[in-house]
Amino acid sequence: MNTVLLATDMARALSRIAHEICERNNGASTITLLGIPTRGAHLAKRLAQLIESIEGAPVQVGTLDTTLFRDDLRLKAPRALMPTAIPSLGIEGRTVVLVDDVLFSGRTIRAALDALGDLGRPARVQLAVLIDRGHRELPIRADFVGKNIPTSLTQSVKVNLSELDGVDEVTISGEATS
Amino acid sequence: MKHLLSIADISREEAITILNTANELAKVSDTPMKKLPTLRGRTIVNLFAEDSTRTRISFEAAAKRLSADVINFSAKGSSVSKGESLKDTAQTLQAMGADAVIIRHGASGAPARLAACEWMSGAVINAGDGTHEHPSQALLDAFTIRKHLSHGKEDLAGLRIVIVGDILHSRVARSNVLLLTKLGARVTVVAPPTLIPYGIESWPVDVAYDFDSVIETADVIMMLRVQLERMSELFFPNAREYSRYFGLNKERLSRMAPHALVMHPGPMNRGLEITADSADSARSVILEQVTNGVSVRMAILYLLLAGDTSIEVGA
Repeated sequence: MNTVLLATDMARALSRIAHEICERNNGASTITLLGIPTRGAHLAKRLAQLIESIEGAPVQVGTLDTTLFRDDLRLKAPRALMPTAIPSLGIEGRTVVLVDDVLFSGRTIRAALDALGDLGRPARVQLAVLIDRGHRELPIRADFVGKNIPTSLTQSVKVNLSELDGVDEVTISGEATS
Repeated sequence: MKHLLSIADISREEAITILNTANELAKVSDTPMKKLPTLRGRTIVNLFAEDSTRTRISFEAAAKRLSADVINFSAKGSSVSKGESLKDTAQTLQAMGADAVIIRHGASGAPARLAACEWMSGAVINAGDGTHEHPSQALLDAFTIRKHLSHGKEDLAGLRIVIVGDILHSRVARSNVLLLTKLGARVTVVAPPTLIPYGIESWPVDVAYDFDSVIETADVIMMLRVQLERMSELFFPNAREYSRYFGLNKERLSRMAPHALVMHPGPMNRGLEITADSADSARSVILEQVTNGVSVRMAILYLLLAGDTSIEVGA
């Protein structure tokens, strides 16, 4: 097992993403952060705090569960649903920034886009991820990336967050060759 | 969990998973787009060998909100009325490619028979069998109670629930007693001695014959329908006497605790077990039970049909 991101690295990456989100959207008044449970939801909360400290104004933040829209439901054991909480202003006409921990095949994001489509029509949708590990199976890319980590398919990437795992770090395990 | 046959089969954790899933699915009803793509391409058969309005429509609405195809099949007007056996009916449904069968049957144990046999491979969901069980009703009752009275807890620990009426013939009472006690509630059943089943001592409940003695301490009073169609002999002298001793009326309503709820699984015999003003009072959550029924049944269908149930959860 290899640690590729330490707590300080993660804090710096999130801080940079927060600044990039504000820069790209001319502030934070039009954006709604939606984290994909479980870890994306915590990252979205952290980003919201960082953006609030940069902009000095509250940021709309919520969670979006994609389980019901996944295309691999039949291949796995039944999954419990996670909470979806859309903030007060809704998503209609807003700039939605989806937040997830690891971007891999892109299928979660596809499901998230479908879920958003049922909730309303955002003005635009952007994607922020802490780790991009490659191996996309769909034409999806992230707008804001904490760190690109080339991996092989046999490896697994684990993001640990202090809220859930007691420590902030990203680790890779498994053989590097596929 | 491959089938939902009875509350006796499911664990406390499975019940809580169903309730939590229903809680998330209930939010879908509040969004402009009420349909989810989750069960697209799945075929669900509503096999109703006994009359039902609300359960059948509720399951149908739940299946349609998850984008499944629904085939309604009732005994009247089908080959069942020509004497076709359950086996032949099941094999026909299997040949048509049904992924799940929701069955209501007058014979206790018919869904279990269907699930245990080789006649069909789909999931079997019990929508009420004879005087045995009605698990989806108990789950929606527990969901409704939890929403109002659990104060954010996952179970119903410490709540006092009084079930009044025809306990003897009621599958709703059987499923509710099992589920509510599993979730930590204290259940008291109230009925005239003729409508209390033989062997009640083995149930995890208190028994009372005097309705008035338990009204003030109840958090929930659940009235049951007097099932005139299942009564072949006289179980009580007459309807007026039953109403006087075991009916919920304005006076009894006024003695309930301020937070307490009135429930009824429907259909109601207004004027017999419940007066119209009790059924329509602010304490009554009877219509909310119907609304919650759709969410709970969506949760059941989702958990039984969306994933591959041959894989153990967490594997």
